[in-house]
Amino acid sequence: MQSSAHTADGTANVPRLAAHFASLEVQNHAARLGMWLFLATEILLFAGLFVCYGCYRFLFPEAWAAGSRSLDLFWGTVNTIVLITSSLTAALAVHYAKEGKNKEVGVMFALTLVMAMGFLVIKYFEYHHKFDIGTLPGRYYFYEGMQMPGITLYFTVYFCSTALHALHVVIGMTVLAVAMVRAFTKKDFGPNNYTMVELGSMYWHLVDLVWIFLFPMLYLV
Amino acid sequence: MTPSSSLDTAGAAPHDEHHDHHPSYLVDGTTIKSWLLTVDHKRIGVMFLFFILLFFLVGGIFALLIRVELLTPGPTIMDAMTYNRTFTLHGLVMIFLFMIPAIPAVFGNFMLPLMLGAKDVAFPRLNLASFYIYLTGAVFMLWGMLNGGLDTGWTFYTPYSTHTTTTVAPVMFGAFIIGFSSIATGINFIVTCHTMRAPGITWFKMPLFVWAIYATSCIQVLATPVIGLLTVLVAVENLFSFGMFDPARGGDPVLFQHLFWFYSHPAVYIMVLPAFGVMSEVVSTYSRKNIFGYRAVAYSSLGIAFVGFFAWGHHMFVSGQSTFDAGVFGVLTMLVGVFTAIKVFNWVGTVYKGAVEFSTPFAYFCGFLFFTVFGGMTGIALGTVSLDVPWHDTYFVVAHFHFIMVGATIMAFLASLHYWFPKMFGKTYHEGWGLVSAALIILGFNATFIPQFLVGNNGMPRRYYDYPERFQALNVASTAGASLLAFGFLIIAFYLTYALVFGEASGKNPWRSKGYEWVSESPPPTHNFVGPQVTFPEEPHFYVDPKKAEVPDAV
Repeated sequence: MQSSAHTADGTANVPRLAAHFASLEVQNHAARLGMWLFLATEILLFAGLFVCYGCYRFLFPEAWAAGSRSLDLFWGTVNTIVLITSSLTAALAVHYAKEGKNKEVGVMFALTLVMAMGFLVIKYFEYHHKFDIGTLPGRYYFYEGMQMPGITLYFTVYFCSTALHALHVVIGMTVLAVAMVRAFTKKDFGPNNYTMVELGSMYWHLVDLVWIFLFPMLYLV
Repeated sequence: MTPSSSLDTAGAAPHDEHHDHHPSYLVDGTTIKSWLLTVDHKRIGVMFLFFILLFFLVGGIFALLIRVELLTPGPTIMDAMTYNRTFTLHGLVMIFLFMIPAIPAVFGNFMLPLMLGAKDVAFPRLNLASFYIYLTGAVFMLWGMLNGGLDTGWTFYTPYSTHTTTTVAPVMFGAFIIGFSSIATGINFIVTCHTMRAPGITWFKMPLFVWAIYATSCIQVLATPVIGLLTVLVAVENLFSFGMFDPARGGDPVLFQHLFWFYSHPAVYIMVLPAFGVMSEVVSTYSRKNIFGYRAVAYSSLGIAFVGFFAWGHHMFVSGQSTFDAGVFGVLTMLVGVFTAIKVFNWVGTVYKGAVEFSTPFAYFCGFLFFTVFGGMTGIALGTVSLDVPWHDTYFVVAHFHFIMVGATIMAFLASLHYWFPKMFGKTYHEGWGLVSAALIILGFNATFIPQFLVGNNGMPRRYYDYPERFQALNVASTAGASLLAFGFLIIAFYLTYALVFGEASGKNPWRSKGYEWVSESPPPTHNFVGPQVTFPEEPHFYVDPKKAEVPDAV
């Protein structure tokens, strides 16, 4: 979070060269490299959960199959489409930022935010349903329909990974909202000054990418 | 006078026509705010130094309490629960608050930009943020330790850690926050190495300390997120019983161990690789020779970082791992020994026929070499499955990692503290007291941990509160050694504080070192270099024939 917040500040105002960099090009290169490294740490953060998933799937294949089938595939698919589309608009925002079309940048980010909100709303209804029927992690599990060894673990993994992902959605939305407000008010994105848009968008792609792994793992296979 | 040529007038008092306009970083702004909100890597390094020394003191006091408690069998000064909390606090403070940030956050922060001819690290504000993140995490951790106190040992193995009634969540949360500080520092240093090198400093002209910090940063960035996730899972598990690692709900505690050691084994190299880097600088400076086999040392740092990721299973030989896995992890563990041996041979090759100046940092280098070789060899022994099984969880393991990980790191920390003291503060310390305390510390360290090797080999398990009569002699010996060690540290604290206040000005380069960090003034001005872009025509530590170099102006 820190690196994205920092790079967001680092390019505030007109293309500004911090005193310790040799050139603006180097400065932007540094910001991008820092962001890539940060994204690598994010992937490793989720990798721990993926390992838990793989390990327990191997130990409890029946529970995993049953748990996976109990999820709402329709809304899961809708959510995936929503999130992938939001990544498209985020990528378009970068495209417009390079051309200095600040209004389009703002609109694209606004669309991304709307879709992100939609994603969270659908996720909320999915969660709500699970709280109702009792497919909850660990000792909170009270669903009578599925009783087998490891089934509570499936929902532990499900809730831990989707909640962590949802947290990242919220963080990504905050970053994009800041960029959107700037595109509408300061209107200073242009060919030399689009690092903030680019990094925010990169972060959003990560959020999307993690979901692209979570969706088949939890819903499909 | 260009900075690069001024190297040759080593030892002369700092004299620069810009001096009046460019005060040293220490006096450029003297308000408390100018320190707390600084983005200068040097000031951040000094602030880290202050707190790291503070936490070292805390961890050290708890180490002494453990040793006093173990002086006699049965209760000596505390009850069993307090003892459990004490050794947990000792481990957590020493590892998360002292050793992991010790060399990278203090000396890495201070020296990296100087060694690369840069004005600052790539992200100065992120750098400051990492300092406050570290403090926040430390506050959470210590608050948790004081309010209830964790009793699981620093490894917080499940299922005990998820069921214990002591304060797990704040401590885990503190460790999670400190992880972010570590990641931020790592990202910052990697990007700095990639983008901030001065013209002329190619990858293979980077000082070896930079290589070591670079390798360390790679580990920090890649391994820390996993422990971050794990600490959160353990805290959640402890608060809400989700059952992720609870065998009663199908969870697998061995999975926890895998994830834990996936971070915590590379973390050992986060602690020791910067130590190797410091030693490469120190051995060159005080032997007045360029390092023997520069590329071998640089590559072996990366090699250790890489192989370190695939050796974690050797912590779990008795945890129900398959024999095949144990064999594979055993072999991969040996590879770390190969890379370390490459470094050791190169350091020794550097000293060979050098013009050795036996000053305090070099004394620590000698201690370091002993601890690395001795501790490393016991590590090879422990990496052998058949030997590890009887030694597992005995004092032999405690003594082993205190030799290689703690011993090597503390030797390097003290060596860098003395070697870079003039660089950081522009003052000289008393050389005689430096050597006396170095001798005390090296002797004290051996006196503390050699008995532990023996008592462990005789079968005394680690972390036990009580022990049979027959182990008492060795435990007394170990406690006596620890007192010697503490006494050595006390002397250092006295003379360095004295030097800081009353010490004579050291001049720009008292060691006549040709390391890149000495190109700038000592202490450096706020933006490190004054005037036009500095050039680095020669490789670091480019000394002429050592025989001639004994005479300062023979160049």
